[in-house]
Amino acid sequence: MLRRALYWTVHYLLIALYVLFALFPLYWLLKVALTPNELLYSEGIRLWPSRASLEHFSFVLAHSDFPLFFRNSLIVSGATSLLATLLSSACGYALSRFRFQGKSLLVALMLVTQMFPLVMLIAPMFRLLVPLGLVNTLTGLIVVYTAFNAPFATFLMQSFFDAIPRELEEAAMIDGATRFGAFSRIILPLTLPGIAATAGFVFTAAWSELLFALMLNSSAHASTFPVGLLSFVSKFSVDFGQMMAAGVLALVPACLFFLMIQRFLVHGLTAGAVKG
Amino acid sequence: MSAIEIRGVSKRYGVTPVLHEIDLSVAAGEFLVLVGPSGCGKSTLLRLIAGLEELSGGEILIGGRRVNDLPPKARDIAMVFQSYALYPHMSVADNMAYSLRLRRTPASEIARAVDAAAGKLGLEPLLARKPKALSGGQRQRVAMGRAIVRKPGAFLFDEPLSNLDARLREHMRAEIKKLHRELGATSIYVTHDQIEAMTLADRIVALHGGRVQQVGSPLDLYDRPANLFVAGFIGSPGMNMFPAQLKRPNGRPTLATPTFEIPLARDPPLPEGSALTVGIRPEHIVLGSGAIRGTVDLIEPTGLGTIAHLTLGGTELKGFSLERPSLSVGATISLDLPVSRLHLFGGDGTRIPD
Repeated sequence: MLRRALYWTVHYLLIALYVLFALFPLYWLLKVALTPNELLYSEGIRLWPSRASLEHFSFVLAHSDFPLFFRNSLIVSGATSLLATLLSSACGYALSRFRFQGKSLLVALMLVTQMFPLVMLIAPMFRLLVPLGLVNTLTGLIVVYTAFNAPFATFLMQSFFDAIPRELEEAAMIDGATRFGAFSRIILPLTLPGIAATAGFVFTAAWSELLFALMLNSSAHASTFPVGLLSFVSKFSVDFGQMMAAGVLALVPACLFFLMIQRFLVHGLTAGAVKG
Repeated sequence: MSAIEIRGVSKRYGVTPVLHEIDLSVAAGEFLVLVGPSGCGKSTLLRLIAGLEELSGGEILIGGRRVNDLPPKARDIAMVFQSYALYPHMSVADNMAYSLRLRRTPASEIARAVDAAAGKLGLEPLLARKPKALSGGQRQRVAMGRAIVRKPGAFLFDEPLSNLDARLREHMRAEIKKLHRELGATSIYVTHDQIEAMTLADRIVALHGGRVQQVGSPLDLYDRPANLFVAGFIGSPGMNMFPAQLKRPNGRPTLATPTFEIPLARDPPLPEGSALTVGIRPEHIVLGSGAIRGTVDLIEPTGLGTIAHLTLGGTELKGFSLERPSLSVGATISLDLPVSRLHLFGGDGTRIPD
């Protein structure tokens, strides 16, 4: 009895420690964002400043380019998420259901794209995008992000389709549906959790991407917020308060997005495991 | 109700042949059972008829219409799957109504058809439920209901009872038979369970290795199996088989094994010394009297009767008796293998006609 109680105490204690460890940086982000400049250095490591203010937030929103970066990020991540999910749903379905020539080669190529560091690709990518007029545009970023996220998203979607028995579409086709009808009316509704998880994954990946956003888009009008965050670092100082306030704001859409899809997500992540 | 005609149908996956030139005709209203061990091609044949697989050769006619190039939905068939394949996001009523909705049947007519099917299958109280809230037997019934609301030209069943426990299986077997009598619809039923095949079928098609082994009424297959495969597959406990040689001492045809001899009533048209396989069903072995001696190895009481495992020299036989003979393990008993009950198979495994 005592052993059991001890076991659970340690169990929960460890979980609490882990959660604390994982969330502390987020807490610090919020804390710094709310600390007025004059207290930032004087009260350095206090867990909560003696006076909290929203001055950084109002500055970031009213006097910086941040709203623009924010809008750009929303457009890029939203469009990437939509495109990559559509593309990977179609590809994942094909990989899951059809035998065709060159299938294993295709899968191998898609795997290869995930294998080397992105840094290697920046120069060729830049050379490719310049003549197309896609440098310094949001469209360019959307194309690049979609290309990079589609393979992994395809594998993800394939596993979700694999978890749905083939007989369901066969039954639908015998009942009178076309293959596409069976896909859209029977399979797709059942894959919604998977689609939501994939969309969430791609959205977050695009939302926090820095390298390509920095290298391909140098002008402010086409910058996303991770690049924007860097603008708070100047040659001689770092405006931590404003940077953190921008960071907190940047968390909002990602959180909202996950709140929106989380009821699908929990189901989606466990669907493969417990399907009877 | 449609007749189904299968002509020279073959199927290969890549270079692996699965079905070799199958010819079958199913009369309108007939209940045909395809039976065989797993991998014999029976499900593939059913899926070819349904249009879920493409033919590698031959043609299929449903109701006189060549359907080779028609998609499943244009073949006027309904199918019941082993896994039931109920749409998990739809209620029982919607599952049953789905095919009619796709055909743009008026709502009032759909409601009538669903109610009628539900009534027939005792599903009325479950119509609003989702499949996950149903038991295995109920799901099976919904799958049947989904098939019958459409009034298709033919029903295809792909091992529909395999996922049920034994008692429920027995119950649903009888229901399927009753339903078939009521609807009179052409049905093709795939199973690996020979009891299901025997009890349900008007005619059985025994498949093995992608080839038809025998087509006939259940009792045909039981009483006159065309070859060793059918002999061994149909019947439980299975037919006893042992090797013997044809001899003609003094001109009298006799089956000789190392331990015993059986005089034959009629002389098979084979040369002396031919190696044969002799089959006899367990219930036809006479226990307790006769010229042959055997040792009792094991006794399995089934309640209905008794299965006795016997050794005769090197030959092992199973005897079945409805009586409850007082046998004890290790005892030597006398037994008889009545010659009229023997099945003889030649060296190639085919039956030697009586």
